[in-house]
Amino acid sequence: MSDEGVDESKRQFLTSALTVVGAIGSGYLAVPLLAQMQPSVKAMAAGAPVEVDLSKMEAGQLLRVAWRGKPVWILNRTPAALETLKTMDKVLSDPQSNDSIQPASSKNSYRSIKPEIFVAIGLCTHLGCSPTFRPELAPHDLGADWKGGFFCPCHGSRFDLAGRVYSGVPAPTNLEIPPHRYINDNLLIIGDEGNGGAA
Amino acid sequence: MKTLSITILLLVFSLGVAAEESMDLQQANFDPEDRASILQGAKTFVKYCLGCHSIKHIRYLRIAKDFNIDDKKVLAEVAPQGASIYDQMHTAMNAHDSAKWFGVEPPDLSLISRSRSADWLYSYLKSFYTDPSKPLGANNLIFKDVGMPNVFWQVQGEQKAIFTTEDDGQQVFDKLVIDKPGTMTEEEFDTMINDLVNFLVYVGEPVKLERERIGKYVLFYLFMFLLLAYLLKKEYWKDVH
Amino acid sequence: MKVNRLTACGNWVLDRFPLTKLWNDHMAHYYAPKNFNFWYFFGSLALLVLVNQLLTGILLTMNYKPDAKLAFDSVEYIMRDVNWGWLIRYMHSTGASAFFIVIYLHMFRGIIYGSYKQPRELIWIFGMLIFLCLMAEAFMGYLLPWGQMSYWGAQVIISLFSAIPFVGDDLSLWVRGDYVVSDATLNRFFAFHVISVPLVLVLLIFLHIVALHEVGSNNPDGIEIKKYKGKNGIPLDGIPFHPYYTVKDIVGVAVFLIFFAAVIFYMPEMGGFFLEADNFIPADPLKTPEHIAPLWYFTPFYAILRAVPDKFAGVIAMFGSIAVLFVLPWLDRSPVKSIRYRGGIFKKALFFFVISFFALGYLGTQPATPTLTIFARVFTLIYFGFFLLMPIYTRWEKPKPVPKRLTKSFSMEGFVPEVKSVIEEMTIEDKGFVLFGSSEFKRKPNPEGIRNVLFRLAKKIKTSLE
Repeated sequence: MSDEGVDESKRQFLTSALTVVGAIGSGYLAVPLLAQMQPSVKAMAAGAPVEVDLSKMEAGQLLRVAWRGKPVWILNRTPAALETLKTMDKVLSDPQSNDSIQPASSKNSYRSIKPEIFVAIGLCTHLGCSPTFRPELAPHDLGADWKGGFFCPCHGSRFDLAGRVYSGVPAPTNLEIPPHRYINDNLLIIGDEGNGGAA
Repeated sequence: MKTLSITILLLVFSLGVAAEESMDLQQANFDPEDRASILQGAKTFVKYCLGCHSIKHIRYLRIAKDFNIDDKKVLAEVAPQGASIYDQMHTAMNAHDSAKWFGVEPPDLSLISRSRSADWLYSYLKSFYTDPSKPLGANNLIFKDVGMPNVFWQVQGEQKAIFTTEDDGQQVFDKLVIDKPGTMTEEEFDTMINDLVNFLVYVGEPVKLERERIGKYVLFYLFMFLLLAYLLKKEYWKDVH
Repeated sequence: MKVNRLTACGNWVLDRFPLTKLWNDHMAHYYAPKNFNFWYFFGSLALLVLVNQLLTGILLTMNYKPDAKLAFDSVEYIMRDVNWGWLIRYMHSTGASAFFIVIYLHMFRGIIYGSYKQPRELIWIFGMLIFLCLMAEAFMGYLLPWGQMSYWGAQVIISLFSAIPFVGDDLSLWVRGDYVVSDATLNRFFAFHVISVPLVLVLLIFLHIVALHEVGSNNPDGIEIKKYKGKNGIPLDGIPFHPYYTVKDIVGVAVFLIFFAAVIFYMPEMGGFFLEADNFIPADPLKTPEHIAPLWYFTPFYAILRAVPDKFAGVIAMFGSIAVLFVLPWLDRSPVKSIRYRGGIFKKALFFFVISFFALGYLGTQPATPTLTIFARVFTLIYFGFFLLMPIYTRWEKPKPVPKRLTKSFSMEGFVPEVKSVIEEMTIEDKGFVLFGSSEFKRKPNPEGIRNVLFRLAKKIKTSLE
């Protein structure tokens, strides 16, 4: 062994070059290994758009369907309920839904395409519990000011009948509204906005 | 010692001769890159085979993606009516019924090309012949007494097997002849079967083309890596005398 | 400021954990003989394959279902629906075979250079335990895809236990957890394959390396380098493992990965040797495939099993063929370690042993016809002869004098001109013809040249056996 005449800079260069090339290779190898934990095609198949027939829905009725394994609510709101929505602004945190997630077609005061039919993902925006549907007026556990809406049993978040969150509760935003559209008057499709591919 | 070594070496060489015996198979002319043929094969499969056999490990979506065709086109041209793009190729036949009718449940064909070869499938599908002694009226040269009828008889025509009787009374197969011509010429029929086999090979491992495409980059990278690693090793080992 | 804080953090750890000491003991100041040749790549390659198996194995368990009804389909689900599942599965299935290739070559290295001899007997014993674990791991892992070969292979091998007198039947029943191989068997094999055996394997590998670093590595000359130390206490013929052997092993890793990737991307079935055709048919307890053969790495032992006409004796012979490897350090009575300084008898014996190992491996893949069974018996005798006669012939033969210091190692680069000239001799100039559709060759094979080269090769082997 001898250390005479060693070209240190060449060694340094080759070491760095091999390290960089090796790191790039490991990076490329890591992609498939990590990507395999992404949803598989089977999971995507379960996330395919869901068709819902609304013809048998009564006023005030709540329908629950599964889309991507999540509960999706379809609520047929009565004219009286629609009236109360206009009086809620002062107790709400985001009445105009500026900070909430919904398709553009549902960004209005009713948060829906058709005023009476409300479609939302039934998971609280706080930590993902499914809120309970409390349409009754002023029940004793929710107080005299309750005008009907959704109440999350996990951490007490409150939403009105348009899924808008009350101020002063843990949930940060209004309930998420999934992409949806109407094929005809009675046939609703959830998970597809009709603007090119499923969401 | 010398004789011992020679004996052992002879043993080794004669090993290869001792085993080896195979059936004559016709060669399928399959080409994994021939999309038109594979798609045509898919249509043939849906028309003739899907009645009894599933390919439960392929989705219509996969076909659309692998061949870069629009979802709607695949649903319209390949899939049976009412199928969704995420659906797998499931037969509508009830397994219990089919087991009763054919004696066995028709196997799922997702991996048939990997357990049998393409040539085997090609030869098998062409080797049905009329045999009135069988419950389904047909027998097969490659798969004797198979519990499957000749689904192609209308297009292929009626095929007969000619046997000759040997001196010792044994029946020996001579050749297959078309007795009554079908709606296709022999050439058209061969093409159809070839397309079908091509499709079955594709569904056996849909990722094959992609795997071979990625392989080129991986190997190129590894050769570059080897070159650098070698230079580094050479540089360091200058120290060692 | 920031750098200082980082150093301080580092020092905090170093004050409490002997990281520097570990690094120096096992890498920077571990002195390895300087004449390692390519046979010495396979130890580190085995580690690489182990990491590959652990990593891909964990990822596979995320989608695999150890349930008789779901297992087969879940493997195909991984192959098709899971993102990159096919790559991970092929890495794991190819890795299994690669593991055995690497380990067999590693063991062969130990045999030719006498690495099992005093003072390295314990390293060899740990290594053999690793080999045993690996066989158990591979055997149980092969049941998991739940194909026809998985099922019937497991059925046959578990039935081996029933050959043991008195307790055999109860034992095989206990292993299966059912009267046949069934869901219960699959489930427990999954547990063993995924947790128990890998843990033991990792522990044994740890012990193997600790034992190795205690006594130091052997070398192609079979000389103890620690006998000749310089003034500083460092062996004169030793070089630090890091950086010299780390950079060298990276070259070995790169070459290995090229072969590994070529198999994964271009021939994952390896002509039925790595993935068997019959295993693409779901397990059917009512129908045995026409011809059952274990995967290639078990076939030599399987051939020995079949060569013996008695069930119990066959099982004994098969396990004996592995057990005899454990006592190898005590069978070998030669005063020298390396094949380089042994006499001709050992070389010839080893030559026949290698031939019989390959021949048995081939026979294990073939149906047991009467002729082939006779062949298998002859080769089984040679296999055992190599080991059991070793105490006699290693004492007989007269070894060559062993030098005191290491001899110079060949460099691979040195062979390049020779290989080039051999290729030139074996081919002749041609106008150029096209092969495999795309590649054009300017030369074509020359039968006479090939004959000459083979003749020279045979002669060379013959003289090297003297």
